[in-house]
Amino acid sequence: MAGLLLLGMLMAFPTLAQAARIGEVSEGNVLDRAIRFFSFRDPTVRIAVAGCVLLGLCCGLLGTFIVVRQFALVGDMLAHAVLPGIALGYLWTLSKQPLHLFLGAVGAGIIGAIVVSLIRQTTRLKRDTALGIVLGGFYGFGILLITLIQKLPGDKSGLKSFLFGSAAALSETDLGLIAVVSLVSLLILGLLFPQFRIASFDPTFATSVGIPSQAMHYLLMLLLAWAVVSALQAVGVVLVSALLVIPAATAYLLTDRLHRMAGLSMLFGMIAGAAGAFLSALQTGLPTGPFVVLSASALFVGAFLFAPNHGVVPRWSRQRHQSRKIRRENTLKAIFHLLENEGSDVAEGKVSHQALVDQRRRSPLLVDGEIAALVRHGLAESPDEQGRVTLTEAGRARAMEIVRNHRLWELFLTNAANIAPDHVHDDAEKIEHILGEDIVRELERSLDQPTEDPHGRVIPLAMEESGGSGI
Amino acid sequence: MSEIIPPFHWHLFLTEPWSAWYLDTTLRVIAMAFCVSASCGLVGVYLILRRLALVGDAISHSVLPGIVLAALVAHTLTGPAIIIGAIVAGFVTTVLIESIDHHSRVKTDAAIGIVFSALFALGVVMVTMFAGDLHIDADCVLFGNLAEVATQPGMPPALIQAGSVLLATILLIGFFFKDLLVSAFDPTLARSLGIRARWIHYGLMAWLSVTVVSAFEAVGSIIVVAMLIIPGATALLLTDRLWKALVLTVIHAAASTVIGYHVGLWLDSNLPAAMVVAGLGLFVIAWLFSPSQGLLPRAIGRQRLRDRLEREKVEARETTEKAESR
Repeated sequence: MAGLLLLGMLMAFPTLAQAARIGEVSEGNVLDRAIRFFSFRDPTVRIAVAGCVLLGLCCGLLGTFIVVRQFALVGDMLAHAVLPGIALGYLWTLSKQPLHLFLGAVGAGIIGAIVVSLIRQTTRLKRDTALGIVLGGFYGFGILLITLIQKLPGDKSGLKSFLFGSAAALSETDLGLIAVVSLVSLLILGLLFPQFRIASFDPTFATSVGIPSQAMHYLLMLLLAWAVVSALQAVGVVLVSALLVIPAATAYLLTDRLHRMAGLSMLFGMIAGAAGAFLSALQTGLPTGPFVVLSASALFVGAFLFAPNHGVVPRWSRQRHQSRKIRRENTLKAIFHLLENEGSDVAEGKVSHQALVDQRRRSPLLVDGEIAALVRHGLAESPDEQGRVTLTEAGRARAMEIVRNHRLWELFLTNAANIAPDHVHDDAEKIEHILGEDIVRELERSLDQPTEDPHGRVIPLAMEESGGSGI
Repeated sequence: MSEIIPPFHWHLFLTEPWSAWYLDTTLRVIAMAFCVSASCGLVGVYLILRRLALVGDAISHSVLPGIVLAALVAHTLTGPAIIIGAIVAGFVTTVLIESIDHHSRVKTDAAIGIVFSALFALGVVMVTMFAGDLHIDADCVLFGNLAEVATQPGMPPALIQAGSVLLATILLIGFFFKDLLVSAFDPTLARSLGIRARWIHYGLMAWLSVTVVSAFEAVGSIIVVAMLIIPGATALLLTDRLWKALVLTVIHAAASTVIGYHVGLWLDSNLPAAMVVAGLGLFVIAWLFSPSQGLLPRAIGRQRLRDRLEREKVEARETTEKAESR
């Protein structure tokens, strides 16, 4: 809705519209604008880009700590709760003294954070409700004050621009403010990084080793309030929280270490800031904030899909790979069982297609596919004219390994865990595919080199021990 | 300060709004604000119980792209098209939040933050790009056009819409009372009773989108968040029973509407904001004085307990001393 507002504001306050957007400082087509943007000839562009990049850095850093604490929406709360502070800061001097507005806003933000903590500590209401009460209630109070201020004589357009401002409207003073806030945040968080790390993950432990976690919490809130207030100018109330949350969440998907996460988060914040400033410079009248947020969101979507460990696509392909491997191993095992039983359907070390279909309890078509997969992986030889299958050397070795794992595990469960022999099969059926070499050796040792499983069947020896003639 | 706070007169403050030539306006504005506030509050109770309070915040922002798309297609800013657009946007928001929640290690709160700001940013970009095709009154979105119901002749359509939303909300809650109750507190029991908890969840989200959209035309987009959460939070401070909480929510909505209306008239400020401030005041009163959970009654109870312990300690000491001296 801030966008509609921006729109209305530009119509209502033509003075504000003159250089309210980065895209308005230059003319021409997209290419010209891009070249002009990268030449950094316009001071407005320089300040806007520097502001966005610095904000990305600062918010990325602070966002790391609120995202890992699952406190992500505190930024949203602060962004709305500072409004009455800005109005009171204006009433203080009845002019737009940046310092007074800033102090008022930071004060209101801190009071908001304290009220949230108080509500949580003294009532049964949960954190999200507490955040919602402060967000909505303080915002309502701020709007009340602002409508009162509207009746006063004097220059008030700045109040609204403070709320829904855009990067091109940043002055050098604002840039200085952002730079100071970024520097202070970097310094404090850099110096107190170990303490903040402990307080973020385990406040109780932090208190026990003498870290004042309550004070650390409010220090973080103070830094956040500063960052939010200085970011309001560039991206507007609603989108500030995005600057805090999205880069940090993106980094969270890519690493498990907090310091790396903070570094990546700052990097993503800066990239999003620069990209947003660039995109909004491409056409006249585009706001900066939404483009910064959309750039950050694009980075998040990328990480969400393709992050090496936590991404959806790599995880999906790992699962697919694993389930295919399990299916192959189950086929191998079925062939091995048939060979082991030496029924009428086994001849010359070959298993008939029909027997395999019966053993696997699958449709002939699926079994064909499974055999083809074994052949592709060099585990079985191509079926002969009658469709009979035999295993290759490698296939036989792997089949024996699996059966061995299965039977060892069954024996282990019956002997060591005292589970009835007729209850161990399903468990072994799952674990046989993932038991590693070390665990198998361990099992052998603890079970005293067994030769029979609880059902009285022979545990096949590993290939090298049996001299390659297991079946 | 005297420049912004007008002098206080009981007559101006209390009686004038209810005098004959002002009565019509008063009734219309209060009815409109009450309908909006009560329907938001009722939905909000369930949001609070399901710990979804901030999803309300998220949906109140992320309906924007849905509204803009619907407005571009239907060339109007009222009516069923906008409602459908909002429901679709609300549904997309819910599904996106859940899929980030399920398919990655990012937690729910961060997922909410990501989804609503991304969708909102998309909406803002769409608004700026198609500004020429849309006729959106910016002040209406920030401050609401509550006072508009007073100036329209006859029965204002906005009031009819808000009234029907409130009526439908009450009917839906009445009809699905048990399902909503059970699925809010015990999803497992809900499943065993054959309640489709997921459908209840999505239905609640869809209805939330409807209330949010019909409310923000009247009171502004962010005030909606306050109206969703503050009445229910106040009610839940006062009672443990769900149906009592729902009744108290409606009472809170009515009280904050009336008080806020008078305060707003006196200060000559934005009416919805004044109503929210009144509602916040009522919340603070409940927080301090709620018989079961209030700060003061609890502090008094603790003090009494401490006194009693002290007294008993003294008595015990006296008894032992007596016993020893004997």
